[in-house]
Amino acid sequence: MKTIDEINEKIKQGKALVVTAEEIIDLVKEKGVKKATQEVDVVTTGTFGPMCSSGAYFNIGHSKPRIKLGGGRTYLNDVLAYPGLAAVDLFLGANALPDDDPRNRVHPGEFNYGGGNVIEELVAGKDIRLTATAYGTDCYPRKKLETWINIKDLNEVVLFNIRNAYQNYNVAVNLSDKTIYTYMGVLKPHLGNANYCSAGQLSPLQNDPHYKTIGIGTKIFLGGGVGYVAWQGTQHNPNVLRSENGVPKRGAGTLAVIGDLKQMSPKWLVGTSMFGYGCTITVGVGVPIPILSEEILRYTAVTDDDIWAPIVDYSDAYPNQKPDILGEVSYAQLKSGSIAVQGKKVPTGSLSSYLRAVEIANILKEWILSGQFLLTEPVALLPGVESGVTFKPLKERPLET
Amino acid sequence: MAISKRIVLHFPRRLVEQPVIYRLVKDYNLEFNILKASITAEPEEEGLMVLELKGEQEEYDNGINFLLKTGVKIQSLSQDFTRNEERCTHCGACITICPPGAFELDPETRQVKFVDEKCVACGLCIKACPPRAMEVHF
Ligand code: SF4
Ligand code: SF4
Repeated sequence: MKTIDEINEKIKQGKALVVTAEEIIDLVKEKGVKKATQEVDVVTTGTFGPMCSSGAYFNIGHSKPRIKLGGGRTYLNDVLAYPGLAAVDLFLGANALPDDDPRNRVHPGEFNYGGGNVIEELVAGKDIRLTATAYGTDCYPRKKLETWINIKDLNEVVLFNIRNAYQNYNVAVNLSDKTIYTYMGVLKPHLGNANYCSAGQLSPLQNDPHYKTIGIGTKIFLGGGVGYVAWQGTQHNPNVLRSENGVPKRGAGTLAVIGDLKQMSPKWLVGTSMFGYGCTITVGVGVPIPILSEEILRYTAVTDDDIWAPIVDYSDAYPNQKPDILGEVSYAQLKSGSIAVQGKKVPTGSLSSYLRAVEIANILKEWILSGQFLLTEPVALLPGVESGVTFKPLKERPLET
Repeated sequence: MAISKRIVLHFPRRLVEQPVIYRLVKDYNLEFNILKASITAEPEEEGLMVLELKGEQEEYDNGINFLLKTGVKIQSLSQDFTRNEERCTHCGACITICPPGAFELDPETRQVKFVDEKCVACGLCIKACPPRAMEVHF
């Protein structure tokens, strides 16, 4: 048994052994769990994929004369930002669109530019066009504001993603006879392709399936900079079907993450367009896992063969909230290039970049080895299986009876 | 030596109505396959055709010379669909979308390679690529 303090001490002395969640697999095979636990201090994870429920809030500072944007309308490069918090605090969501975007009026819409792209340009240091109207008050008399803004001049600029790093995810297919355009990509008819979106064996929560080390306050790699786990993500659902190894076979846990956007990079926050669906952002997240016990080490040695995902029909089962699945496949099968569904060989494609996930795990490893990144003790753990937390569907109650 | 190449032809307005392609077959013994054809209205009317051209090297070269003399502008296809390497995240969303399989996943490095010689200029990857890394230049 080790403590996080002891591990930090070793990091400071340059004596810590840090490996990625990919490297740990062979290391455990070679040395066994006991020896590996003694030797390894930290295992780094990573994931880089389109992640909705991402956004940024910022304070633009007060104009002269003052304007109260709350209750008015504010746009950043024509994309709607939410001003309803106060006078000059804004929240920009990755899915937000310009008012004049044609959306799906001609289906499938292109969704070339949205909130995710604004965040990417903001973090890249580009000037952003702010246009706003307000209703005016005695203390905030101004009713109109049009100005360029730049990240370096803003006050707080904070990336705050309320649901990222899904522990596991559906494999999307299309059983219908026409192409469909989904947040899981373009799905060709009659099981023409299967799309998945997870880093599998490198994915943060797959390496800590029962949330034994990752909790509120955990310091992480976020968007190329340093961030923290703020809370469990929305839709966090520990009580799903799990394999014997504890690894969820369905969506399960999520993370809400936060960090100073000013120290992040556009390489790891990429504006993303899902054809026929909308705009979002591809986010890089990496979480270090302290090897405190043999149990925790065993979890980090999980391989793509041991992680299973459900195959879901996005032409009917998904949109209509039907529980049916078409089977389960392992990430090893998904990564082989094709899977079998209903007796048919279906080619697979990924929305999440494994190459970049490896890069994140390695960057985090370098940060820790260089002594600049110490681990944090979570102030509270995320709700686990024992919490009874589940993800409930909407209970609709008609307004008129 | 027989060769097969994919090219993009830009026809100036005055040639749009001329039987240029027919001459390629008749006078130069070339086989063709039209992959895409359109006439753009702006700024001035221009015809655009993506063609797969097959034949003997010598006749192919003569055919291309003939086209150039008539005033058709020619580009080779591999230059027209390019990947912005900075934007590509190597996710792999394009792999199952591309009809001729121009995107290949290297199982070792997990890199997605774009093999532009295989590209038939269908355009499907342009919008199916989530970070919009694929670009077309006509
Ligand atoms: S879909 Fe786009 S970003 Fe992804 S691998 Fe293909 S070209 Fe690169
Ligand atoms: S344009 Fe069509 S053929 Fe060429 S790479 Fe894109 S999807 Fe493949």
